[in-house]
Amino acid sequence: MVNFCWFNLMPWPYLPDDFRENHRSVWVDIDSKLFDPVKGNEVYHTYMDQLEFADALGFDGIGVNEHHANGYGIMPSPNIIAAALARRTSQAALCVIGNSIALYNPPLRVAEEFAMLDVISGGRLVAGFPVGTSMDTNYAYGQIPALTRDKYAEAHDLIIRAWAEDEPFAFDGKYNQLRYVNCWPKPIQRPRPPIYIPGGGSVETWDFCLDHDYNYSYLSFGGYKAGKMLLDGYWNRVAERDKDDSPGRAAFAQIFCVADNDAEAEKLYAEHILYFYNRCLHVYPGFADAPGYRTVKTIKAGVLSQIRRENLRKFATLTWKDLVEGGYVIAGGPDTVREQTEHMIKTLRLGTVFSLLHMGNMPDETTRYSTQLFADKVMPQLKNLWPDYADDDRWWPHPLDDRVVPEQGLDHARRPATKPEVGS
Amino acid sequence: MTATADTIATARGIDVEVRRFGSGEGPDVVWFHGLVGLAEQEPALAALGAQATVHAPLWPGYGEIENEGSIEDMLDFALLGWDIVDGLGLERPHLVGHSFGAMIAAEMACVARNDLDRLVLVAPFGLWLDDHPIPDPFAVVPFELAELLFADPANAAKLVAEGQDLSSDEGLAQFMVQNARRLGTAGKVMFPIPNRRLSKRLYRLTAPTLVVAAGDDALITEPYIDAWQRSIAHASVDTVADAGHLANLEQPDALAAAIASFLFAPGPA
Repeated sequence: MVNFCWFNLMPWPYLPDDFRENHRSVWVDIDSKLFDPVKGNEVYHTYMDQLEFADALGFDGIGVNEHHANGYGIMPSPNIIAAALARRTSQAALCVIGNSIALYNPPLRVAEEFAMLDVISGGRLVAGFPVGTSMDTNYAYGQIPALTRDKYAEAHDLIIRAWAEDEPFAFDGKYNQLRYVNCWPKPIQRPRPPIYIPGGGSVETWDFCLDHDYNYSYLSFGGYKAGKMLLDGYWNRVAERDKDDSPGRAAFAQIFCVADNDAEAEKLYAEHILYFYNRCLHVYPGFADAPGYRTVKTIKAGVLSQIRRENLRKFATLTWKDLVEGGYVIAGGPDTVREQTEHMIKTLRLGTVFSLLHMGNMPDETTRYSTQLFADKVMPQLKNLWPDYADDDRWWPHPLDDRVVPEQGLDHARRPATKPEVGS
Repeated sequence: MTATADTIATARGIDVEVRRFGSGEGPDVVWFHGLVGLAEQEPALAALGAQATVHAPLWPGYGEIENEGSIEDMLDFALLGWDIVDGLGLERPHLVGHSFGAMIAAEMACVARNDLDRLVLVAPFGLWLDDHPIPDPFAVVPFELAELLFADPANAAKLVAEGQDLSSDEGLAQFMVQNARRLGTAGKVMFPIPNRRLSKRLYRLTAPTLVVAAGDDALITEPYIDAWQRSIAHASVDTVADAGHLANLEQPDALAAAIASFLFAPGPA
């Protein structure tokens, strides 16, 4: 029951070579002149084609997410991409990881759009509810840092109730007052689609997931070796809370680069992965963490090294060797990748792997090559690593068996009109 | 002059730490501190204390008491300000607000315009001019603060060291916690734009008012001082030269003198 979700961050692939030297940040105040809408036309379609390709190859899910004013994510509205995918795929789960629910007024909009996606896709939605990074939530979207979590919690309660209730109801919130909450349409998956909560390392987020039996998704670019420590903390918390230890409770994002052999992997992928680490993660540290965004408890427990002056250039100096040895990237021939991935899944205890196979400025054909090898030679042997939980279906969608298969129906969609029968 | 400190209860149930400067003689002045709070040594307040009793409350989030969750918006701040005045047992005190504290003091003076004597706004936040965007105090890293807050960044090390060593993990963590509590609280009325529509209410401000500009303030620049003067027709303006936003630390004597000459001058201001 390991679910592999092919995830595309949708980075802008045309950041200049001197980006790090001559630009302050890839996020929030990124130079908007760097975005070329004409090139964007092709970029978006290439990325969406890749997601459709992953569906065709048998990936369990295809994933999109939300970022604002971000050079490595040109997807401020993942729901738009997911809607297009819902029309052109019919097998993979649509993993929207997710919508930053504190940003929307009212957040009922998220309940409605996710319900639409679930209905259009025949019940394939995985609904992600991130608090959102400080860059997105506070700096780009102006939410007050110290109130963001409170607003998030209220938005969550509203959405869950809007999906579950069968009658219109009044909602008297601090941030949302709605006299008539009436989510129309409702999702196919009742009372709700599976919910994934992307988070950092705060105990509060772990408890929130455990309170509601949501999946906790650790989405970092630090790789599985660094992620182990954090997920150990999570699983300890699961045990402390006397919850079952189903691997479905945890998801992790990992970069993969598959080639014929280890040397070929470096030749094919190093340049593009380094583009990501060297340019796409060049975030002005003043945007990393708006004061009040994190709880004092989390700051006291957390690692603050990212704002140290001497650490600001860390990503700039990472080499391919550093990335591979440090586990940031699992790269090599199929055997190497499979062994390391199995180790990752077992030691981090993962039910879902957000598989990052397109990164940085990786060309389309290179991405497809890596993706195909992963699908053919890595994924199949790792699907059943948790036989004891083969029947645990709490963490993945339950689509309709006889759902519409729209991508096979282009001719059907465009068939000429025939005169309907006219009653007497 | 040595400051004393104690904790007072307010009617809303929020305990507030208050530092006091002066011998207890002279008129009462309530000093509402700014974005970075009160430094260990506050020579400007001490200098004012020579002629007045200065009460300097700490806003929630700025002291030891962890009560900042109860304050959420500008009305909360303004009413807490008056609750503090009541809790101190003061009648029509002078109000002095600095920086973010000035934004709240001005709001207080609009909400209850007959309950204060005179008002001083030092480097006040509270207005926004699209043509002169204020640098974002919430998007700086620690080692950039000196440049933002002082006319001469070299003064920062001398004046606000407070034993903080930002090069160690422990010192940095301590700074981050303090910063999260302080600016997190201030952010409730300052983020992302320090404008909570005070300008709509300034017509109610009738107390004699002095606006003090810090001559080299990178945050509240000359166009803002002009805007304050236009918004409060009866306000007078004074400028403290060679001072950044933290004029209280950089030019304490000049600032105290400017405030004193306005507050304690005989006759109508």
